[in-house]
Amino acid sequence: MADPAIRLSGVRKTFDSLAVLQGVDLEVAAGETITIIGGSGTGKSVLLRLIIGLIKPDGGRIWIDGEEITPLPEARLLPIRRKVGMLFQGSALFDSLTVAENIAFPLREHTRMGEGEIRERIQEVLGLVGLPGVEEKAPADLSGGMKKRVGLARAIALQPRMILYDEPTTGLDPSNIEKITELIMGLKEKLGVTSVVVTHDMQSAFKVSDRIALLHEGRIAVTGPVAEIEHSNLTLVRDFISGQLETR
Amino acid sequence: MTSAAGARQAVVALGDRATRLVGYVGGVSILAGQTFYQGLFPPYPLRLILQQMDHIGVRSAAICAVAAVFTGLVLALQTTYGLARFGAKAYVGIVVSLSMVRELGPVLTALLVGGRVGSGITAELGSMKVTEQIDAMRALGASPIKKLVVPRVLTAMMVLPLLTLVADVLGILGGMVMSQWEFNVDYHFYINTVLQNLKPADLLSGLGKTVFFGFIIGIVGCYEGLETTGGTEGLGRATTATVVTSAILVLISDFFLTKFFWWLEGW
Repeated sequence: MADPAIRLSGVRKTFDSLAVLQGVDLEVAAGETITIIGGSGTGKSVLLRLIIGLIKPDGGRIWIDGEEITPLPEARLLPIRRKVGMLFQGSALFDSLTVAENIAFPLREHTRMGEGEIRERIQEVLGLVGLPGVEEKAPADLSGGMKKRVGLARAIALQPRMILYDEPTTGLDPSNIEKITELIMGLKEKLGVTSVVVTHDMQSAFKVSDRIALLHEGRIAVTGPVAEIEHSNLTLVRDFISGQLETR
Repeated sequence: MTSAAGARQAVVALGDRATRLVGYVGGVSILAGQTFYQGLFPPYPLRLILQQMDHIGVRSAAICAVAAVFTGLVLALQTTYGLARFGAKAYVGIVVSLSMVRELGPVLTALLVGGRVGSGITAELGSMKVTEQIDAMRALGASPIKKLVVPRVLTAMMVLPLLTLVADVLGILGGMVMSQWEFNVDYHFYINTVLQNLKPADLLSGLGKTVFFGFIIGIVGCYEGLETTGGTEGLGRATTATVVTSAILVLISDFFLTKFFWWLEGW
């Protein structure tokens, strides 16, 4: 049986005596889209940072494509991160660079592509996220939704096999929420990537996910296919879903 | 009982400060080690170094020049005032040039550049940190130390001696103008005494110190920026800390570096 694309076993993380994650076990199959839901401050974004190796767990183990990343030093994590793209909550575009330079950044860092090929790739990924012609704009000149889409274009520039989305629709207007949701679904179809989405937005979660996992009190409390979660009778799940839907 | 509790609190506070100091020194040392290690191996960030030369060097030149000229003017005024008591005001050029080249040029330039450039580095890296750009860089498989720290530290180490050299020259010329204008010390005599008495070792010991000062300014600015937490309020605290820390470290290290260069010169 093939290794899962992402596997976490007993992952624990504490910040200043606050135990955020207390033994997370999770497996994500190749090509699957899983959405992690949970209240604010439950450690959903921390989980993504652990998966991409930006922070180290205090305990437990994490595997990416069958390779354990937990003991790896930063230098050995860099090549593994080529396989994983991440869309940050605030987009995290480099504001001293133009849109084109932002997207070219990972290409110049990791490939020997010529400038012509890089230009073509920039146009290609900007086309994929529905933003042709913004190459020379500065991030400061873009709207929140456009920044998210450029962030996504940068994340997929190296054709990663996995994409991590940290609150992709937070702070966006309904039309942009719809666009980003469609993009996540489209990228899965077109690129066949494995995706982990962290969100509060249940409408979007129901649309994009194959499975949904609920993070509660530092552990994955419930996990299951979308239909199962949507119609779950568990109080925890119902409370969360109805609470979130009411706030929209 | 009250005094015992007070003493206990004082010891705890002292311990807390000591722990933070050790943490700070450890953090800066680790960053310095990583910067040195990553700076040794290719690819070398030449384009980024050129960009930083403009940010750190060219844009600091005017402020350093103004400070140097006025320091030279004041130094000549004060020195001649003292020398005149011994009938030795003609030798003002020697005192001004030695003071500028060995001490005031390097230290003043380092303090000014430390204030302007160090705080700028912290503000830039700190805002990148709080907006997740540093994490994004790591997530894209690039090393922030190689991309951000190495160019800034290296450039500060290269540019500070050049700025100091300009400051030295301008300070000596400022002293010359003041000596002629206020005390009738002839230009030619002034220049001759400077050229005859100033040795390469004087210049090199001053410039040598600035390489270390540049390192201090760069590494402290980068460390404070990369360790920024607490949003914009934290950013303000970090930039202040950079100015204060780099100024104190420049002044303390100046003493030890001066002793070191004295030893090298055989004093």
